Amino acid sequence: MSALTSPTDPASQASPVPKAGDPLSPQPWEPAVASGWGAAWMLARREWTRFFRQRNRVTAAVLQPLLFWLLFGTGLSGSFVAPDGQDFLQFFLPGTIALIVLFTAIFATISVIEDRREGFMQAVLVAPVGRWPVLVGKVVGGSAIAWVQAVFFLSLVLVTQTVPLSWSLLPLLALMAALAVAMCGLGMIVAWPMDSTQGFHAIMMLGLMPMWLLSGTFFPVPAVADQPLGWGQTLLRWIMQANPLTYTVSEMRSLLYPPAVADSAVLLTGSVVNWSVTFVFMLVTFLLAGWLMRGSRKVDWVA
Amino acid sequence: MTNPVSQTQQMITTNAPAISVEGVFHRYGQHEALRGIDLQIPTGQIFALLGPNGSGKTTLFRLICTLMPLQCGSIRVAGASVAQRLAVRQRIGIVFQAPSLDKKLTVDENIACQAALYGLSGAELRSRRDEVLGMLNLIDRRHELCERLSGGLKRRVELAKGLLHRPQVLLLDEPSTGLDPTARLDLWVALRQMVADGITVVLTTHLFEEADKADTLAIMDCGQVVSVGTPASLRLELGEGLIMLQTEQPEEAALSLQSHFDLQVQQVGQQLRIQTPQPVQWVSRIADHLGDSLHSITVGRPGLEDVFVAKTGNPFCN
Repeated sequence: MSALTSPTDPASQASPVPKAGDPLSPQPWEPAVASGWGAAWMLARREWTRFFRQRNRVTAAVLQPLLFWLLFGTGLSGSFVAPDGQDFLQFFLPGTIALIVLFTAIFATISVIEDRREGFMQAVLVAPVGRWPVLVGKVVGGSAIAWVQAVFFLSLVLVTQTVPLSWSLLPLLALMAALAVAMCGLGMIVAWPMDSTQGFHAIMMLGLMPMWLLSGTFFPVPAVADQPLGWGQTLLRWIMQANPLTYTVSEMRSLLYPPAVADSAVLLTGSVVNWSVTFVFMLVTFLLAGWLMRGSRKVDWVA
Repeated sequence: MTNPVSQTQQMITTNAPAISVEGVFHRYGQHEALRGIDLQIPTGQIFALLGPNGSGKTTLFRLICTLMPLQCGSIRVAGASVAQRLAVRQRIGIVFQAPSLDKKLTVDENIACQAALYGLSGAELRSRRDEVLGMLNLIDRRHELCERLSGGLKRRVELAKGLLHRPQVLLLDEPSTGLDPTARLDLWVALRQMVADGITVVLTTHLFEEADKADTLAIMDCGQVVSVGTPASLRLELGEGLIMLQTEQPEEAALSLQSHFDLQVQQVGQQLRIQTPQPVQWVSRIADHLGDSLHSITVGRPGLEDVFVAKTGNPFCN
């Protein structure tokens, strides 16, 4: 490996290996300066590459929500009447988009646990870049995959003319991106302290799926205006109002369908509140994930 | 058989230690994993931390590579304190016992990942990647997915990752794990080449034949450094010969041999061990003395396992 210290090698000149006899000489050793952004970008690209190299993941990611949408939408269409006259295929569409984003974000962030178990993360954690690039890389990579999948699904829906093509789809794309980042942040909060995927699945079934179900995806938020609510429906309304995902789904609904169709009974609040809640949710999950990731813990090293 | 320290290595060995460990204690809850470690690892050598599982060598390794925070004491690596994590990380290359490769990526892509983590890009990355892959004979495998590589090749890719950013110290945790004998030999050829290029190599191992190849080794047991020296000097401390006995009642036999022959007898489990410069001449006398209670008697030159047993009084059990 004499080339390592060859004076003709420009790379060697940039950060020379200590010469024989003075490896710790008074002349300071100048390493390459590691950039956190470069590391984050690499980790994001890695997520992308890994996703497309696992064909079953790509197939499942595309087919599962499509099946959900068609089966639930068709099966429940006879027994569901939306307040605004929509059929269930139309009503369930924003929920299906949220489901795609949620599932993909979950699978992207669950890979943190696999990265730990397989040793890859251990090597990343001892690199001279700190931990924030891990968070940024996972969130950017995972949310990009989730967003592209949701966009792909939306294109299929447009082809079937379930929703009209309109300019409001552009802000919808931005909303989907914000949701994807929020979900990946949430996934990192759950995945980072875990040492097994089983634990993640338990949290997913106990927390993330109910969060999705209680966000106005499957049924509308019980409306006060219709009739006095029983205690059960009142409790349900409170929970759904406390769920940040409800506001994102509500905004998706208003962006997907023209105002005449999207009745105010289905929508919870106005756009300003919906967008604000979505962005605050995104920021809070991202920052909380970053806070949780600081410091070393037992799961950092592979036994 | 000890590898003599080559002329080149002697030239690049200086008084300044590559790693300096002073008064290090470490606890996992109630369990005390390290109980006062003081160690100076010389520059420009292959240094082995030898010990059975649970001896504390992997804990020390994790502290040196800044994976765990230091609880007590001080560690300096290539002049930087481990409290300055990023400075230390820039100076060291690490090859963990657990593989760190992404199996879904190619060799080149794995190297590129490592490069991004250490701030290498563009022409510098390409140049360094070619160098390390060339040095480790991986050029023709660079476009293969890592999941298709053999264990030996994967280990070489791990080494390539560890060397990419020109570390001053290369740390390897149980580097021979999962390697066949040929791959182990290849690994040691590569390690020697690195030392010749001025890199200090520090490895942990529980294999005596591996520790025997190091220039210097530290024997660890129960969270302490029991002894430090070259393999030859450590063996020499035990003298030229060693007699090992298996008897029916080792306690009684030990007392009897001590009183009759004035020999220093060490009991390790059911085995009795006697260090002596002339072991052969004692065999018949001991056999006659113990009679039928003697099951077996073995004579040999002390190896590193004997050094471990002599220093700790415990058998070397993994």
